[in-house]
Amino acid sequence: MSARGPALTERGAVLEERGPGPVRVRLSINGTEHTLDIEPRVSLLDALRERLDLTGAKKGCDQGACGACTVWADGRRVLACLTLAVTCEGREVTTVEGLAEEGELHEMQRAFIAEDAFQCGFCTPGQIMSAVALIGEGHAGDDAEIKEWMSGNICRCAAYPNIRAAVRAVRDRT
Amino acid sequence: MRPIAYLRATHTAAAVAAVSTDPTSDFLAGGTTEVDLLRQNVLNPRRLVDINDLPLTGVESTPDGGLRIGALARMSDVAAAPVVRERFPLIARALELGASAQLRNMASMGGNLLQRVRCSYFRDAESACNKREPGSGCPAVEGFSRGHAVLGTSEHCIATHPSDVAVALTALDSRVRTLGPNGERTYSMDDFFLLPGDSPHREHPLEHGELITGIEVPGTPPARHSLYLKVRDRESYEFALVSVAAALSVVDGTIADVRMALGGVATKPWRARRAEDFLIGAATVRDNFVMAARVEMADARPTPMNAFKVELAQRAIVRALDTLSDGTGSGLGTDAGTGAGSGSSS
Repeated sequence: MSARGPALTERGAVLEERGPGPVRVRLSINGTEHTLDIEPRVSLLDALRERLDLTGAKKGCDQGACGACTVWADGRRVLACLTLAVTCEGREVTTVEGLAEEGELHEMQRAFIAEDAFQCGFCTPGQIMSAVALIGEGHAGDDAEIKEWMSGNICRCAAYPNIRAAVRAVRDRT
Repeated sequence: MRPIAYLRATHTAAAVAAVSTDPTSDFLAGGTTEVDLLRQNVLNPRRLVDINDLPLTGVESTPDGGLRIGALARMSDVAAAPVVRERFPLIARALELGASAQLRNMASMGGNLLQRVRCSYFRDAESACNKREPGSGCPAVEGFSRGHAVLGTSEHCIATHPSDVAVALTALDSRVRTLGPNGERTYSMDDFFLLPGDSPHREHPLEHGELITGIEVPGTPPARHSLYLKVRDRESYEFALVSVAAALSVVDGTIADVRMALGGVATKPWRARRAEDFLIGAATVRDNFVMAARVEMADARPTPMNAFKVELAQRAIVRALDTLSDGTGSGLGTDAGTGAGSGSSS
């Protein structure tokens, strides 16, 4: 077998090698199927923002450090900058654009507004995706727990007290 | 990031064959370190073999009271597993004190063991680094070394191993199971991580294409009474300056069994065997804890910038043993694992 050829399995079946040029990738985002031609090296974040015009998830550090790109994959919060888009085939991706239903903001979005939980707002979509997930995970028990389990989302404006207030408000309503 | 080809494996043997037959291929699991390093041109594979669909995600107890963790189990799932929380609180704690919730949802257990060092010279592809380019030199020795190792170092590399959970697993004599082109292998955790010596680019004994399939933790009765203490510059989402994984059995005021390992201070997850040897059969009194800590850190070779770690580690060891011996350290209910100032108790 050529060192650069497709790989054989023990049964002789060939694993499909795709790329490095553009390959057809099918993504399910917020319940809608999308097909796009992208290189395998393209991150989920870049695919969302640059190709699908879903600019809610923000590019902050692009190194997995800030949390601004937080989305859900199969219902779990993950970082879109450290996820290659091609690996999301067969998974359901949810972005902040998918939170609102029938034109109504999600209650966490409304709570962020009511509690003044953002200043520049750049980190807000990621904060909201983490905040909704946090309550679903059962990690919003008290302020210390909210702090710890929201610590992957950095806010340079330090709007943290108001973000915690928004999380508490939604937690106490549900 | 350079262009990259991609394929997805659904059978473990196929994944191993795909990587082992091509020196320019690598496995891709959670990607939390790998994608970052690809983007910075620190890693340069031509092709990635996605292993996330392999059936290696189980977390289950074994008949001997131990634990079997699939290599692709996510950190968050392992930390949440009831069997881990009940029998191995130090593992659950080490996992939850690592990274952030998003990263723990992504990162696999096998990938956690193989994560690369956070040394800024390693991560800067423009810099010399003996890990990246053997023989190019180690700027950290004379450079910015505040976070670097004081134990197990060599003149060629002083980077710390960054994993938290590997420290807990090392304390418990865990084993790493692999499948490679030459079949299955098992390594003890202590043998799995290599000291840098004069070959710091070799961090583990795996051959190219050898895949971690699982982690085995033997049944260890003292593990129920255990903790993971992590000391860092900020209280959350930060690597350890010093960490201590410890499990203790006390009978009539005497230490019957103790397992201890250190993170943040050494070039590999550091089994504190000297301290263990000192403590076995000793009375659970502060003087003995202080002496054990001193014995363990006696060979430390700090730089001027990280000399503080020697005392910090000793204080963290004493605090961990204090907490466990006074009965407050069992299980996950304690906050002994948190707190940036937790090294200053003695």
